[in-house]
Amino acid sequence: MAMLSFEKKYRVRGGTLIGGDLFDFWVGPFFVGFFGVTTIFFTALGTAFILWGAALGDTWNVWKINIAPPDLSYGLAFAPLAEGGLWQLITICAIGAFVSWALRQYEIARKLGMGAHIPVAYSVAVFAYITLVVIRPLLMGAWGHGFPYGIFSHLDWVSNVGYQYLHFHYNPAHMIAVSFFFTNCFALALHGGLVLSSVNPQKGKDVRVPYHEDTFFRDTIGYSIGTLGIHRLGLFLALSAGFWSAVCIVISGPFWTGSWTEWWGWWLDLPIWPAH
Amino acid sequence: MSRRLEEMKLNSFIIKVGIAFGLFLVVLGGVGLPVILDKTQTGFRGTGMFVSVNETIREEEKQFHAAPEVLYELTPEEEEGPTAGEIYENVQVLGHLSDARFTRLMAAVTEWVSPEEGCAYCHGEEGNFASDDLYTKVVSRRMFQMTQTINSQWQDHVGNVGVTCYTCHRGQPVPANIWFEEPVDESNDAIGVGWDGGSQNRPGENVALATLPNDHFTAFLLNDNNIRLQNMDDALPQRDGDYGTIKSTEWTYGLMIHMSEGLGVNCVFCHNSRNFGAWEESPPQRVTAWHGIRMARQLNVEYLDPLQPVYPDIRLGENGDAPKANCATCHAGINKPLYGAPMANDYPALLQPGSLP
Repeated sequence: MAMLSFEKKYRVRGGTLIGGDLFDFWVGPFFVGFFGVTTIFFTALGTAFILWGAALGDTWNVWKINIAPPDLSYGLAFAPLAEGGLWQLITICAIGAFVSWALRQYEIARKLGMGAHIPVAYSVAVFAYITLVVIRPLLMGAWGHGFPYGIFSHLDWVSNVGYQYLHFHYNPAHMIAVSFFFTNCFALALHGGLVLSSVNPQKGKDVRVPYHEDTFFRDTIGYSIGTLGIHRLGLFLALSAGFWSAVCIVISGPFWTGSWTEWWGWWLDLPIWPAH
Repeated sequence: MSRRLEEMKLNSFIIKVGIAFGLFLVVLGGVGLPVILDKTQTGFRGTGMFVSVNETIREEEKQFHAAPEVLYELTPEEEEGPTAGEIYENVQVLGHLSDARFTRLMAAVTEWVSPEEGCAYCHGEEGNFASDDLYTKVVSRRMFQMTQTINSQWQDHVGNVGVTCYTCHRGQPVPANIWFEEPVDESNDAIGVGWDGGSQNRPGENVALATLPNDHFTAFLLNDNNIRLQNMDDALPQRDGDYGTIKSTEWTYGLMIHMSEGLGVNCVFCHNSRNFGAWEESPPQRVTAWHGIRMARQLNVEYLDPLQPVYPDIRLGENGDAPKANCATCHAGINKPLYGAPMANDYPALLQPGSLP
């Protein structure tokens, strides 16, 4: 494959975390690296397990394929392949692939002399997944508490697990996570709208630059978060949404077994209410 | 910055995060977290249909849920002889029992219901055991009949385990979990949204503090409103037809929350939440619960509510109504009262009306 004229400057040797020069090369435009190899390995193996699990099931309907975790009775032990063992292997492969990918991102960041923001951000999503299928099952004492791999089946799991705590919308961490998701969406829409309105001026007018945006907000509301700041805010909102999602599920079970509605009893118990 | 320095910075950051996480775990362990769980799986693996219970709390409440031992065994000779009805005056419900059997049952009831007050709680300090002057005796007689009805006609709900006075009373003259009609608070109408008469937006224990109407027991366990949700197929809730209004939907949620709390379970003990209404996807416990709702209603309508004129004011609710039963009255927070101990079998007189020699 021919190399584009600007590609050369991105092909920096070194900066690897492991393996030294062993996989420090490119295939076409793609960097390989030790963690690229492990990513490919876990992805291929995990996908094969998924296909195996699907073949054991009773449907090839892509919506309904379901590879479920073991029964609770297996606890934290290995289960037979057809009874949740495949789910366990797929989970290992998924974590192997996700973590490899994060480390590959980190190696590339080192090569290019960038900050680690991309691998850190991606790791929050991986952390949320690991919370669901490893940390919470470990805390609750059974792999059966992981979610099943299937498009419809994992939605049914979400529904039922929510109803284990009667009313999940009263979960305070769920409230925070949902608020971050909405705020994140809102902020992205505002930012996209602002940028697009600036670079699509009316006929005969000039494109507005960030300096103009900053000035506009300082004049009208007295504060502008600035061009860098808006992206810090965006990253904070997005990562917070994922982080609090992980919190809201890990506290359900290991740290709270009742109805989430009752958790708010502390509010009623505050000594500020008139006696009835 | 040199590569070496960069790596040292990274390492010290990782060490700091590790120490912080370790301290976090120590703090959690110090306050007894994560909780140790006792788990029941109610659906196919992966459906998320589990009931998890905090085992530490269960252990603390173990004594409360333990069935008392049978007072003493009767010899075959003691089961013969003249009956209580022949010996004593005014024995209307248990007169067919042998004297020894009758005496043992009376002694057991005293332990179950009024261990501190003793026989006098129903029979008075004067010791006139035939007298019906005390309301407690009149109520007790009706409660014996109610117990016999439960054990003989509601085996769909209580199985062969049955109930005794102790199932509800637990050594208390008034069972801990009873309910009264919600008082109407007109002043609440003006200050917020919700249903008329102030039945909503007052965080009640009977709906686990949720913002649901609090009068669902009256709706379902005294009156026989249908347990109905809004029609999922219509964009807007309908006023008529087989489907419910918003209010009946919220009543239903209230009742279901009570059932979960009263039994120490959750929604997925009886339902697969992907389709709450579908019987074919529901765990079998839902059938038992269905009978239980009807049983509680019959007990309230035929036995508990009609006792209203008998009670002194102190036993009545704010609306002047009699104390009534719901799921928690027997269950007291676990799905099989007294962990399914078949203590009624030790007292056959409680199993059905007039059956014993």
